[in-house]
Amino acid sequence: MEPMIRVENLVKRYAGRGLGRRAAAFTAVDSVSFSILPGSTLALVGESGSGKSSVGLCLACLERLTSGQIWFDGHDVATLAERELRAVRPRLQMVFQDPATSLNPRWTVREIVAEPLLVQGRVANRERGVHAAQVLERVRLGAEYLERRPAELSGGQRQRVAIARALILEPKLLILDEVLSALDCSIQAQIANLLVELQRALGLAYLFITHDLKMAAHLADEIAVMSRGKIVEQGAAEEILRDARHAEMQNLLGATLVEREVIAVVRER
Amino acid sequence: MCFLLRRLGHAAFLLLGVSVLAFAFSTLAPGNYFDEMRLNPQISAERLSALRADYQVDRPMAVRYGRWAVALLHGDLGFSFAYNTPVAPLLWTRARNTLLLTGTATALVWMLALPLGVWSAERRGRPADVALSWATAVLLIVPDLALALGLLVLAVRSGWLPTGGMVSVGFDGFSTGKKIRDVALHLVLPVTVLVASALPVLLRHVRAAVAEALEASFLRAAEGHGISRRRSLYRYALPAAAHPLIALFGFSLGTLLSGSLLVEVVMSWPGLGPFLLEAILARDLYVVIGGVLLSTLFLVAGNFAADLLLYWADPRIREEAPER
Repeated sequence: MEPMIRVENLVKRYAGRGLGRRAAAFTAVDSVSFSILPGSTLALVGESGSGKSSVGLCLACLERLTSGQIWFDGHDVATLAERELRAVRPRLQMVFQDPATSLNPRWTVREIVAEPLLVQGRVANRERGVHAAQVLERVRLGAEYLERRPAELSGGQRQRVAIARALILEPKLLILDEVLSALDCSIQAQIANLLVELQRALGLAYLFITHDLKMAAHLADEIAVMSRGKIVEQGAAEEILRDARHAEMQNLLGATLVEREVIAVVRER
Repeated sequence: MCFLLRRLGHAAFLLLGVSVLAFAFSTLAPGNYFDEMRLNPQISAERLSALRADYQVDRPMAVRYGRWAVALLHGDLGFSFAYNTPVAPLLWTRARNTLLLTGTATALVWMLALPLGVWSAERRGRPADVALSWATAVLLIVPDLALALGLLVLAVRSGWLPTGGMVSVGFDGFSTGKKIRDVALHLVLPVTVLVASALPVLLRHVRAAVAEALEASFLRAAEGHGISRRRSLYRYALPAAAHPLIALFGFSLGTLLSGSLLVEVVMSWPGLGPFLLEAILARDLYVVIGGVLLSTLFLVAGNFAADLLLYWADPRIREEAPER
């Protein structure tokens, strides 16, 4: 099967900022390559600072890469100008970690969810509300939430709104940047199940960025482990979990779950 | 609505408090306008006590405050000892001149600070922004007084600009066009000082507020939907940054009467500054209290205007106000 997105030798270097401090450049992502098949999930796992979020931002075309290629929809999106990107963006949406800041606190849910349509100039004013209600339905929120503002919602509800906003442009790939880590455990499971359900119904591909191996094991078909900007291990989820060789993996395992639990997770699959 | 009523209540209470305090402090301070007259051999002791009784400075403070407050409700600010006329018209002429000065300066400051702040926030960390924040830091360090005196020296040496007052000699005989030009020329120096002292603070606030808004991930999200740079700056980031800016705007409206007193004295602008200074030195009681009260009224009104603007600008305040 043709991959949905293919990343080749992605490098992201941040220049040092300020006058005379140019020298202190920092390589966040160092020659990373992977691909994601339609309807499947790649989990990008790593400790904070390992560069996984930078990969997500580059894929969402929110950061320009320093070098490398991102093949999506027959284009190398890394070379597209902003005007050409506008046509690509709808198919490649991002959901952020903390819905408390990723939703404009002044707007109602209706305005927030319908905003991408407004920006893309797709749908007539009157129909935008209808679209918003439909996409809210998809994330299991009723139409009664349309007139609320983010402050009146719980964390889980806010993240559902954020997902709805990403879905309204009918994307093919969702970049999920730590979307569960700002939520309570029980809510995490609900949102994770919602993601699985959406993937089945809509045939979405996910790039699931996380530091939580357990969640990665639950959701991913493939896992790539990042450390200091590089992918140090990559493969089918079961294999990666079974032989956690790399020190980075050991670290992450130590941080999130003990070995016995890993085996349990692997057996469940 | 409840929100606005409550704010209006605060404002009234504040004005009452300030009037009591201003009255108390200026009355309790030792000495009064007539004390110096005792040293004057041309004024007899009987004449003096008649004057004191006339102006009721020998009555208890509470009584005087009560009479003054009742008169105030009728729009009467009292009587000036030194000018021997009602205070209100005296204050009004000076306040008008002050407002001309500070109004011009405030408008100019905001017209500079908003676009410059947004511009600099957009380039945060880059050389242009760094250079601008150094410039504002330098401007912040220079004391207003030094700046005013420096500019005065320049004006005297070069002879390009008038160095004091509001109008030239023979102003009444000028044509309208020439009158406007004359006042505008006189405005240049004091306005420059006021702008230079207010701009760095305001600019930094605008920059900080917009920069913070630009970091918000909902702007990142909007970028992901393909929003244009310009729209994201002025339609998304600026409203998100509006809260502190509106409060600041209210404050700058509030200081229209009280923010330029020192500069007025130094540049001999015929506004409230020199007038109040003179009145304080002479213990011209009701002029001082009137001036303080008028400044406070502006401060309170400015803050109230900010509240109104917030109410209008932020849907959250509008809708959540009744519950809070």
